[in-house]
Amino acid sequence: MSRITPCLKALNEAGKSALIPYVTAGDPNPSATVEIMHTLVKSGADIIELGVPFSDPMADGPVIQLACERALVHGTSLQNVLDMVAEFRKTDDKTPVVLMGYLNPVEAMGMEVFIEKAKASGVDGVLTVDLPPEEADDVVPRFKEAGLDAIFLLAPTTTNERIKSAVAHGSGYIYYVSLKGVTGSSALNIDDVSQQLARIRGLTDMPVGVGFGIKDADSAAAVSKVADGVIVGSALVNTIAENADSSESMHGQIGKLIGAMRSAMDQ
Amino acid sequence: MTARLDAETLANIPDKRGHFGPYGGRFVSETLMSSLLELEAHYEKLRIDPRFQDEFDRDLADYVGRPSPLYFAEHLTRKVGGAKIYLKREDLNHTGAHKVNNTIGQALLAKYLGKPRIIAETGAGQHGVASATVAARLGLECVVYMGAEDVQRQALNVYRMKLLGATVKPVTSGTRTLKDAMNEALRDWVTNVDDTFYIIGTVAGPHPYPKLVRDFQSIIGREARLQCLEKEGRLPDALVACVGGGSNAMGLFYPFIEDENVEMYGVEAGGLGVSTGRHAAPLCAGRPGVLHGNRTYLMEDDNGQIMSTHSISAGLDYPGVGPEHAWLKDIGRANYVAATDEEALEAFHTLTRVEGIMPALESSHAIAHAMKLAGEMDRDQVIVVNLSGRGDKDIHTVANLDGIDLS
Repeated sequence: MSRITPCLKALNEAGKSALIPYVTAGDPNPSATVEIMHTLVKSGADIIELGVPFSDPMADGPVIQLACERALVHGTSLQNVLDMVAEFRKTDDKTPVVLMGYLNPVEAMGMEVFIEKAKASGVDGVLTVDLPPEEADDVVPRFKEAGLDAIFLLAPTTTNERIKSAVAHGSGYIYYVSLKGVTGSSALNIDDVSQQLARIRGLTDMPVGVGFGIKDADSAAAVSKVADGVIVGSALVNTIAENADSSESMHGQIGKLIGAMRSAMDQ
Repeated sequence: MTARLDAETLANIPDKRGHFGPYGGRFVSETLMSSLLELEAHYEKLRIDPRFQDEFDRDLADYVGRPSPLYFAEHLTRKVGGAKIYLKREDLNHTGAHKVNNTIGQALLAKYLGKPRIIAETGAGQHGVASATVAARLGLECVVYMGAEDVQRQALNVYRMKLLGATVKPVTSGTRTLKDAMNEALRDWVTNVDDTFYIIGTVAGPHPYPKLVRDFQSIIGREARLQCLEKEGRLPDALVACVGGGSNAMGLFYPFIEDENVEMYGVEAGGLGVSTGRHAAPLCAGRPGVLHGNRTYLMEDDNGQIMSTHSISAGLDYPGVGPEHAWLKDIGRANYVAATDEEALEAFHTLTRVEGIMPALESSHAIAHAMKLAGEMDRDQVIVVNLSGRGDKDIHTVANLDGIDLS
């Protein structure tokens, strides 16, 4: 079993939601990523989603597209990202790490090789944006054998039948995309989210993380009341981009954003 | 290896989930899945609905001007001195290219689905113009995504789209060409799924697009087959078409697919030469991967990042290719070759001078290979080349290359 399920279980018993920040690996440069991951944990992150940069991030808005472009300028490869996780694991053996990205870099490495390396590097879960459950029949059992969680997305438009399929294929948690749009879109509607989560919970006991449209402490706190996990991506990636010139202010601002979300969620 | 392509095999290509052998499929984010399933369900009903088919056929006849002629290029044939070269004149369609066959079909789908807004991606601008045209006719809002680089090199088509009432959005992300325009169109679609129909311009993308675009474009091959039987009393020995995404080639090839004696040649953009790496020829020099919702041959680096491509022709400047072509390549049913920028340009001039027909630079790639091929064949053999579009849009590019300033 990966670190994800015990982590979410412990938080649930403590009456808390998980804070799950997303950063693009290699942004603003490859040497910064591991340190950023540690700052996230110190500031209150429970699980880290680490983005694998891709040249054609179709489901992402401009903020994460630009992060991918910055990471790719430095040639950040999937192998580099796995090395970053291994480096992170030298001093943090507790915080679950989920790789989030697109299928092609994984296929270029080879699925078998990737699974083996991901496991060895200390990765816990993999979210492949463009690999829906029906194309994942062959892959999921291999993930399970290796003790990696396959994390799938649900959208407001997902039918009950597809929710059941995603849950049957996935493990760890399920990622609910709170709005119709790409990452970094406008603010979510908390009433819609809680209605949708009620529908999802009627079909599964699997923990549900909610992402897209969570920008600040208030929206994080609101979502934490209804979700098992609060995922913040573009707001954080933006903070990194705006402070990329100074490592000190970058880590300071990351700490401020994540710290504020943490305390608002725990109130 | 060669598979015998009987009716039963073909009926399952693609299978229910859109697979052409190992290619195709539906590799998209969950946020797009409901729209694709909705589109597939409607399309499967409409494709066998006589009312829909009648309306489609009527539009092709009266609005597009079909059937397009199959023209015996006597002078080109004499110049080359080999097989008889026939041109399937898709350049004579309304809007000047084969693209309109598909946009007519998809706009009808949008109408039947009740979507008031259409979006499209475009490279050379031909698909954008064809989409803007049908949108104008049906009173639909139309937004066309076009790489910023292509907006520059196809200024004439950009203006045509604007005249037709479409909004052209230049895309500045990534390589600023067709692939990035497609990313941006997909992002628009996820955001506006409720009221928007995405008209994909080629036989690529997630299922059911490769299938439905092929079906709409197959009118090309169905006509060519009948016309060749009429004129020559037999089927052609070879078919030649250019391949970017591959919709004009698929449209020509598909109705001949069971005719094992008809050879098929898809001509990719060889750019500066396949060996230079500066080209857009994934079937000739790429490898299988996943992009834009389907598994197919791609131009990618060792890390699985999509590479920037190069071609003189904006319409072929795409790092992927339709999944059915990938499958036809693997089973050996079709041959895929490349023509360089220089060869295409030479073919452009040749056809213009000997037949008085100015081909699009995309189609010039097919002409270039057909001339090569015809020279190696006997005089009693027959080649059908898909002249997929007219060259007016490329005059500026050709003039620039010849060192002439038209501005």
